[in-house]
Amino acid sequence: MTTALIAKNLVVVRGNSTLLNDVSLEINAGELVAVIGPNGSGKSTLLGAVAGDFALDAGSVTLNGNDLATLAPRELARARAVLPQQIVISFPFTVREIVAMGRSPWRDDNDDERIDAAMHRLEVMSLRERTYQTLSVGEQARVSMARVLAQDTPLLLLDEPTAVLDIGQQERFLAIARALVDEGRGVVAVLHDLNVAMRFATRVVVLHEGRCVASGDPQSVLTPVLLSDVYHQKIQVTTTMEGRSVILPEQR
Amino acid sequence: MTDTRRTSIFAVGMFLLALLVATTLLSLASGAFRISFLDLLRIIGDGPSGEPIDGVAHNVFWQVRLPRVVLAVVVGASLAVAGVIMQGIFRNPLAEPATVGVSAGAAVGAVIAIIIGLNEFPLGVQIAAFIGGTLSTALVYLLSRSDGKTEVVTLILTGIAINAFAGAVIGFGVFVADDDDLRSVTFWSLGTLGLATWKAVGVVAPLALAGMLISTRFARVLDILALGDRPASHLGVRVEPVRLQAIAVVGLLASSAVAATGIIAFVGLLVPHIMRIVLGPRHRHLLWTSALLGATVTLLADLAARTLLSPAELPLGVVTALIGAPFFLLLLRSTRRSQGGWA
Repeated sequence: MTTALIAKNLVVVRGNSTLLNDVSLEINAGELVAVIGPNGSGKSTLLGAVAGDFALDAGSVTLNGNDLATLAPRELARARAVLPQQIVISFPFTVREIVAMGRSPWRDDNDDERIDAAMHRLEVMSLRERTYQTLSVGEQARVSMARVLAQDTPLLLLDEPTAVLDIGQQERFLAIARALVDEGRGVVAVLHDLNVAMRFATRVVVLHEGRCVASGDPQSVLTPVLLSDVYHQKIQVTTTMEGRSVILPEQR
Repeated sequence: MTDTRRTSIFAVGMFLLALLVATTLLSLASGAFRISFLDLLRIIGDGPSGEPIDGVAHNVFWQVRLPRVVLAVVVGASLAVAGVIMQGIFRNPLAEPATVGVSAGAAVGAVIAIIIGLNEFPLGVQIAAFIGGTLSTALVYLLSRSDGKTEVVTLILTGIAINAFAGAVIGFGVFVADDDDLRSVTFWSLGTLGLATWKAVGVVAPLALAGMLISTRFARVLDILALGDRPASHLGVRVEPVRLQAIAVVGLLASSAVAATGIIAFVGLLVPHIMRIVLGPRHRHLLWTSALLGATVTLLADLAARTLLSPAELPLGVVTALIGAPFFLLLLRSTRRSQGGWA
């Protein structure tokens, strides 16, 4: 499955503020694109725009050459899954029921197998009969991700997937994300943790005040100069003895 | 795991069905004029036009009690199903036709129709009630939502406003009109099955049946809507069209019920909540089991209404409110807690 999603020159205006100003983004199979930038820089808006959540003020998003707006919702749901930031579920559904909702665009013979596989992968099998509301925030995040995996799409759009995970869960989660990419899926993740972006992304897109200020491989994009400028904070990039790059704020 | 659940759903369904049958028989037998179970069987055996052995019992059964019981079943099931759908699309367990003002809107439509003489036309009152009910559902929906979620406070306050307005219109209508069909404010605001006729049943039953059949189409989508609007649309649900259709179905169910019996509150609140506790929130099962329990609850409430102070009769709404209002308060408290403050 070689799926490509191409967003060109996106403009999103809300009231007087331009949330996205001429931003382009391309996601291909086998890529993990990290979208970084300070709060309010338009990361989530960009994710929503490429997910097809709202009409654009200018620009276009195409999936394998077809304009997103022309695709039937179900067709789109079979092509891309979206992991929102924390969600509130209004009734006491069980974990298993919620993960099963991910199969909604398909509903075929593979359902049970995919649901179980997704729950195993996110280690939520033991929670299957628990209701979502009784789970910890970290557990809820894993259940939501299991639902997204059950949707079994070539493209995954993840909004701050690791924000509420502890460091161990975060590492396991990122291993899953990398495995998904190795399977030939394309992943876009909005990230706050620059070190995660550095280690796992195949490409990094930096947003600043609604504009894309840099895009490319992590080593060449995540430089002290650019980061210090974007975050209004002196930031160092050092190299450990094993040769790994580490991003640190400078102490004032 | 799935299998044990399926068995328990089947068992619960059978239990509810048996409960409904038992309540129906009890309702048919009891009242100001008692009919023994043996006579009941004999009268049913005679058929509506058969040679009556006991003329009075025969007439009471076929002309008074049976239409009333059938109407109670139809209206109770409609209100419960309308409650399930409303709670699903509002993502809020406190939504219900009467408390948020949908029933009142339907009553306003019906009252206006009677005043301007639309009751001369077949289905005139029902259509006006449908328009009133659907409009007020849409109004509540538009007024009480923000960020894809219905806030408890706004929902309840919107309901208060619509109910107050509707109460005024109904009161005014009853005041200015000198029409037998308008009967009384009590009929519209407290609801009663006392005026049940086969004609009323004939009008309500097909509408209610249609509404309930259509509602089964929404079962899966209502589940997914629990995730929120955006996640639901990411799963391929056309959120807004679905919600508009669901609102129309609520309007159909609630207003056909209101046109026949006036406003009966709390059935749509109590019943789905109980079924959710018993079977979980999946709408596929919630819809039909709530229909069964809604019919049973309404029958029991009506039985209480007409036997507690026999031969006098309480308005049905008094009975449902006596049970429903305290329950509503409890639910309000727990919803407040689980949704964090008054959000």
